[in-house]
Amino acid sequence: MAKVKKGISPAMRRTPGEKAYNVFNIIFLSLFALICAYPFYYLIINSFSDNNASAAGDVMWWFKGFHLENYKNVLSLDGLATAAWISVARTIIGTVLTVLASAYLGFMFTQKSMWHRTFWYRFVIITMYFNAGLIPMFITMKNLHLTNNFWVYILPAVVQPFNIILVKTFIESIPPSLQEAAEMDGAGTLTVFTRIILPMCTPILATVGIFSAVNQWNSFQDTLIYMTDSKLYSLQYLLYTYINQASALANAAKASSANVAALASAATPTSIRMTVSVIVVLPIMFTYPFFQRFFVKGMMLGAVKG
Amino acid sequence: MQSVTTTPAGGSVANEAEAAVVGSPAPRSRKDRRAANKAKKMAGNIDYNKRHGKRLFLLVAPLLIMVVLFSYLPLLGWVYAFFDYQPPLPLSECDFVGFHWFTFLVSSPAQLKTIGQVLINTFAMSGLNILTSFIPVIFAIALNEIRCKWFKNLIQTLTTLPNFISWVLVYSIAFAMFSSSGMVNELLQNLHIISAPIKFLDSGDHTWLKMLLWNMWKGIGWGSIMYLAGIAGIDQELYEAAQVDGANRFQQIIHVTVPQLLPTYFVLLMLSISNFLNNGMDQYYVFQNSFNKDWIQVLDLYVYNVGLGQSSLSLGTAISILKSLVSVALLFTVNWLSKRTRGVGIV
Repeated sequence: MAKVKKGISPAMRRTPGEKAYNVFNIIFLSLFALICAYPFYYLIINSFSDNNASAAGDVMWWFKGFHLENYKNVLSLDGLATAAWISVARTIIGTVLTVLASAYLGFMFTQKSMWHRTFWYRFVIITMYFNAGLIPMFITMKNLHLTNNFWVYILPAVVQPFNIILVKTFIESIPPSLQEAAEMDGAGTLTVFTRIILPMCTPILATVGIFSAVNQWNSFQDTLIYMTDSKLYSLQYLLYTYINQASALANAAKASSANVAALASAATPTSIRMTVSVIVVLPIMFTYPFFQRFFVKGMMLGAVKG
Repeated sequence: MQSVTTTPAGGSVANEAEAAVVGSPAPRSRKDRRAANKAKKMAGNIDYNKRHGKRLFLLVAPLLIMVVLFSYLPLLGWVYAFFDYQPPLPLSECDFVGFHWFTFLVSSPAQLKTIGQVLINTFAMSGLNILTSFIPVIFAIALNEIRCKWFKNLIQTLTTLPNFISWVLVYSIAFAMFSSSGMVNELLQNLHIISAPIKFLDSGDHTWLKMLLWNMWKGIGWGSIMYLAGIAGIDQELYEAAQVDGANRFQQIIHVTVPQLLPTYFVLLMLSISNFLNNGMDQYYVFQNSFNKDWIQVLDLYVYNVGLGQSSLSLGTAISILKSLVSVALLFTVNWLSKRTRGVGIV
C-alpha cells in the first residue's frame, strides 16, 4: 500500500504498481482502438491498390501500386448512381421531416390548452413500447401501396416518440413567459413555434437530426423488406448485393469498359466490394469527428430519460 | 436569444423586446389593438379556450394520423395469423384457421426442433451480450485513468466509430479480412501458423462467439460513453475522502467508482433484459449462410426467413404476435422489478 509522501499531492503519487498499470492501460486501450480503426484503413488502402495484390490479401500496411481505376470502374456500374441518389435523398428528406415533426409535436404537446393533451401525448409515446412485428408491418405497407415506393423510407420514420420526449423536455426548460409575452403581442401559436421556439431548440434538434441522418444512411432492412424494384435500392442494400455477387459484377465491369485495362487495375470482385464499401463509409467517417459531441449529448439525454 | 420577464407593470417594455424577437415590423397601433383583443379573449373567455384547444388538436392531427397508420394499424394485421393468407387473394377469400398456426409451431417434432433451436440461439446471443455487458464499464474506467486529454479523445473517437456503420458494412469488412483469401488468413499463412486457410465465415463453428465478438467490436466504445459521463458526475469529495483513508488508485476504483456506476449499469441491464427477444435481424441476416444457418437464426431472423423468405405470411405473423406479447410482458416485469428494488421504474 502506498505511503503518503509529504509535499506531493495524492493524485501525483505513483507507486511502481501504478506505473505498470498505466503502461498496461495505455497499451490495452491503444490496441483496442487499433482493432476498431484498422479495418477502415484496410478498406481504404486496398481500394487504391494493385487489384491482384489486394485480392490475394497482400495489401496490409500501405498502398501497393497506387491507382484510381477502381473508382472509375465502380462509378460506371449500373445502379450505383441511382442508389447513391436514393440514399442521399432519403437521408436529407427523412432527416428534415423527422426534425421538423419532432420539434412541432414536442412543442404542441407543451400547450396546456390542447384538447385532451395528456391522452394524445401518451397515445404517441406508448408506440415506443410495442411493435406489431415485421410481417404485419409488411402487409400494412403493402395495403397502403407503400411497397416499391420511395416514401416507405421516409413516412414511417417521421414521428419518433423518443425524439418527441427529448424535444418536449427541452422546450419545457424554456421559460413559458417567453411564449406568453409573444402572445400578448399578438403572435399565434404557430408564429410562436416558428419564430421563438424553433430557433431556441437548435441544440437538441441538431442531436435529433444527426441520429436520424445516420439511421437513414445506414438503413438496410427496409429496402430488403419493402423493395423489389432495383431503381429504389439504397446504397447499403446495393453494397450487400455486390458482396454476394461480386464476381458477376467484375465481369460486367470488365466487359463494359471498352479500353483494355491494365492487368493490375482490372476489376476483381474484391476490388469492387472494397471500393463500394469505402464509398458507403466515407460520408460517416468524414462527418463523424465533427458531430461526435452531438452523438454523445444525445446518448446522455437518452440516459436521463432511461 | 434575449430573456424577457413580464411583469404587469413592465408590459410595454416586454412588448418592445418581444417585437424584436418576433421580428414583425407591424405598426404599433394595430399591433397593440390585436394584442389587446387577444388578451381580452384569453382572459376569461372559456369558449375561446375550448376552441383554441380544439384548433391546436387539429394542428397535430395529421401527424397523429401517421402514428395510427404506422404504429396502430399494423396491429390490425395480427388477424392474418388466424387465416391461411395466400398473398394474391384478399383476406376475405382466405380460410379462417383459428389457432392453427400457433399450434403448428409445436405440432411436429421437426417443427419443434427448429423453433427450439431458434429459441436457443436467441437466448444464447442475448445471454452472451448481457454477460459481457460489464466490459464497457471496464473500458470506461480504463479510459478515465488516462490523464492525457488528446489521447483520451483519440481513443474515444476511434472506438465509437464502428457503432455508426451499418451491419452490411461490418459484413463487408468481415469479408475483406476473414474470407479464405482475406488478410487474416494470408497473414497467418505467411507466419506459418496455419497451412490451409481457416474458414471464418463459411462455417457453423463458434457462430455465437463470432457474433458476440462483432457485436463487441461495434458496441464497446459507444457503450462506454454512458459510463464515462457517470464517472465525470461522481462527487470528487468521495475520492478525497478515500485518499485521506489511504486508498490507492485501485482501491479508489473498486470502492468508489464501481459502486457509483452500479445504478447506471442496472438500468441498462434491465433494458437489455426487456429486449431479450429483440436481437434485431440486420446482423444475423448479413452473416447468415447455408453453413451457419442452424446457429445464427434468431427469432427476428426466423420471422423474416419464414414470412418473406418462404412466403408463409400467416405463420410469420403468428410468431411476431407471440414475440411482441412476450416482449411487452418482459418490459412490465422488468419495470415492476426495477420499481421494487430501486423505487424507480425504467419506463
